[in-house]
Amino acid sequence: MQDFFIPSSLIIQEKCCLNDFEALHTQLIAGETSCEKITQAYLRRIEQKKNLHAFLHVFADEAAERARTVDRKLADGTAGPLAGMVIAVKDVICMKGHPVTCGSRMLENFISPYDATVIQRLDAADAVVIGKTNMDEFAMGSSTENSAFGVTLNPMDESRVPGGSSGGSAVAVAASMATTALGSDTGGSIRQPAALCGVVGLKPTYGRVSRYGLVAFASSFDQIGSFGSTVRDVAYVLQTIAGHDPCDSTSADLSVPDYLKALTGDVKGLRVGIPTEYFTSALEAEISGPIMQKVDLLKRHGASIKEISLPHSEYTIATYYILSTAEASSNLARYDGARYGRRAPGVKDLLEMYTQSRSEGFGNEVKRRIMLGTYVLSAGYYEAYYRKGQKVRRLIKQDFDRAFQEVDCLITPTSPTSAFKIG
Amino acid sequence: MKFSEAYEPVIGLEVHAQLLTESKAFCGCTTKFGNEPNTNVCPICLGMPGVLPVLNKNVVEFVIRMGLATNCRIAPRSIFARKNYFYPDLPKGYQISQYEEPICTGGYVEIDLEDGTRKKIGLTRIHMEEDAGKSIHDQDAQTLMDINRCGGPLIEIVSEPDVRSPREAYLYLYKIRQIVTYLGICDGNMEEGSLRCDANVSVRKKGETSFGTKTEVKNMNSFRNVERAIEFEMNRQLRMLEDGEAVVQETLLWDADKNAAYPMRSKEEAHDYRYFPDPDLVPVLVDEPWIERVKSNLPEHPTTRRDRFISEYSLPWYDANILCEERGIADFFEAEISHLHKDDGAKQKEKIKLVANWVMTSVLRELGQRKIRIEDFSLPTGRLASMIELQVDGTISSRISKELWDEMLESNEDPKVIIEKKGLAQVSDEGAIEKIVNEVLEKNKLQVEKFLSGSERVFGFFVGEVMKATKGKANPTLVNSILKRRLSETVLSK
Repeated sequence: MQDFFIPSSLIIQEKCCLNDFEALHTQLIAGETSCEKITQAYLRRIEQKKNLHAFLHVFADEAAERARTVDRKLADGTAGPLAGMVIAVKDVICMKGHPVTCGSRMLENFISPYDATVIQRLDAADAVVIGKTNMDEFAMGSSTENSAFGVTLNPMDESRVPGGSSGGSAVAVAASMATTALGSDTGGSIRQPAALCGVVGLKPTYGRVSRYGLVAFASSFDQIGSFGSTVRDVAYVLQTIAGHDPCDSTSADLSVPDYLKALTGDVKGLRVGIPTEYFTSALEAEISGPIMQKVDLLKRHGASIKEISLPHSEYTIATYYILSTAEASSNLARYDGARYGRRAPGVKDLLEMYTQSRSEGFGNEVKRRIMLGTYVLSAGYYEAYYRKGQKVRRLIKQDFDRAFQEVDCLITPTSPTSAFKIG
Repeated sequence: MKFSEAYEPVIGLEVHAQLLTESKAFCGCTTKFGNEPNTNVCPICLGMPGVLPVLNKNVVEFVIRMGLATNCRIAPRSIFARKNYFYPDLPKGYQISQYEEPICTGGYVEIDLEDGTRKKIGLTRIHMEEDAGKSIHDQDAQTLMDINRCGGPLIEIVSEPDVRSPREAYLYLYKIRQIVTYLGICDGNMEEGSLRCDANVSVRKKGETSFGTKTEVKNMNSFRNVERAIEFEMNRQLRMLEDGEAVVQETLLWDADKNAAYPMRSKEEAHDYRYFPDPDLVPVLVDEPWIERVKSNLPEHPTTRRDRFISEYSLPWYDANILCEERGIADFFEAEISHLHKDDGAKQKEKIKLVANWVMTSVLRELGQRKIRIEDFSLPTGRLASMIELQVDGTISSRISKELWDEMLESNEDPKVIIEKKGLAQVSDEGAIEKIVNEVLEKNKLQVEKFLSGSERVFGFFVGEVMKATKGKANPTLVNSILKRRLSETVLSK
């Protein structure tokens, strides 16, 4: 069933030097390899594919050391469920003692004093973090071209973008530089690069995964998720990172189901919805054709297919831009040069410290969104934009609530196009 | 009629109270006051990238207490909002506060006016928010930041514009302080900033129902300053109107040294706070059982308690008011009362009044001298009561009780033990006293002559001498009567 979720428009051109996690884990348990060997192989691969610029920081020595620890635990029989998984982390998730640049000059030299909850959970499960990946600045963008540290290339075609904002993480998995990778998705930042790089990407439901330690872009949309070469690998990661976190009030206090057990491949009786608004004539045949082939496949295996309507779809993007930028304008206010991050040198007063530090530290896309967000929250515009946006958001949510009374899942295109050219 | 007499001030007050929770509003850092700068901090209150706030439940508990004690409606659902502005003491670039949908709305407090009547001051709302840090501007024109206070829990109590004089503002603030300290949610210390007050002031012609242009006065860090600053601002506005000028809406800072308020630079007040619901926090849900639980644990309201002191203990309003000013004092008083032996009405009343007098004078003086709170007063419970019993049953004179009191404070010992040890018991043996009286009269023949020739003042001298001779232990009533008798006998014998 896993191949249903890999867009067939993208054919993985490179023969993976490394297997998926389950295969690695099996070899590891059988003693055919070691966590250190696996880690070293990925490190070599990262070195080989340096030109893709997927990583901003590679923790070569630390990862090898961690891998040796995991090997000792494997020998003791005390290793965690993710022993053998080598994972790349988007540079927007905090790891104690490590940089977290968010792809921004603003945080170029910033070292996080604490671990994100997902990092603590991955550590506890004995995954090895190999490095941190490139991204659009503060997760704003869909091409990874908005990184202050240079663009990341799509491994399928190096003249094309990998998508974004979690482009580095998608490429790390697509080019076998890590078993899996963490990304963050606010308005498509995992799903779209996964689609453009031909890997599996999952944005979990909001509240499923703790956001503690994820540098905020738009708090009511942000969610950490993962990339993998198979659905099962993504499920392994989710199994580890999902669940309530007392440090995140918005994380859902609901039990976590056994995702791997649920992946039976049996789709008999599954009610699949096709939202008509997502399949307009404007959608390229290159995208819609393969999706429909997969819909047919599901049907042949016993799923029922139903066309449904999400009538407020046309307002989604406008609503998203109003609400996400409003939240971003507030979330990014802390980067003021006062306590950490970039502070412009030689300023004469407080106001100049703010304006200069922020002018130098932020790129254009971030500035545009801060301005837009500030505007929609301003006195006199709040009602017309922010509050209206919230109301429309509720209507959009109700569309989905209604749809999920009729169907179990929806199939939609992730991106209207395949990977576009850089520039 | 003077111009100002045709006008009245319209005043609304915003009071911030620092809550006495152990930890901050949205992180686990301690709220302890006076630690080294920037030691009560963590990534959350420092506003590090990626951190999230988690609401301290005790903050909600405390604000519910305040809401119930001030007759507010407690919202079953309230939400936090972000108040956005840039300032170095605000690490996140926004303050977590409540804006639309605060937790408490529509209450009131009753203040006691000096003419003995009571007046209700309406409360618009009470909401929860977090404190900012402190900027310290040093002499080298540098600004230093102390983030210790940042993220500390506050409630803001916003009154309706019901206050009509600077004195009423003072009395309102006094009542708020009394309530928060009674509830144990704030220490009420204005000088240290645990209680802060801003005032919105306008004036209008008496009889008008619409409001004049208001100004906001900030930076008043004592009760007296609040009264003075409002007085100043009210008069300033009246002068402007008298001169035909219009009041400009602005924010003024009170300068206590200069006894005047000055406008803030307009740049500092030109804020558009861009409030919006904080997406990092979930709505605060307060159900009926929670409210009931808080309600059943509320201490007696200070006003109710004062009224009870008047009716139950037959105390004058003045005494009851002083005793109930602070919960700890009232508790101390009632604890002592409970240690008194049960006597009949008049005697019991006398003893209670004596306890009240001791608390209002000696206890309060002692606390003031030692600069301590009643909670830190070490005298064991019941000591004062047993001293009063000893005084009323005549074991000791009222004069000796003062000495006994000092001994008790010194040693913390039982008054009976002290009396025993120091021999302080009153001498009521008539024969013994008469003997001393005779000795005194014998030794002071000159004064006796004076007395006999009509100088009644000398009587006091004799009493003093007798007391001196008995180290104050002689029963004064007996001394008086025996002296009188002996002196009249002397007259007769002449």
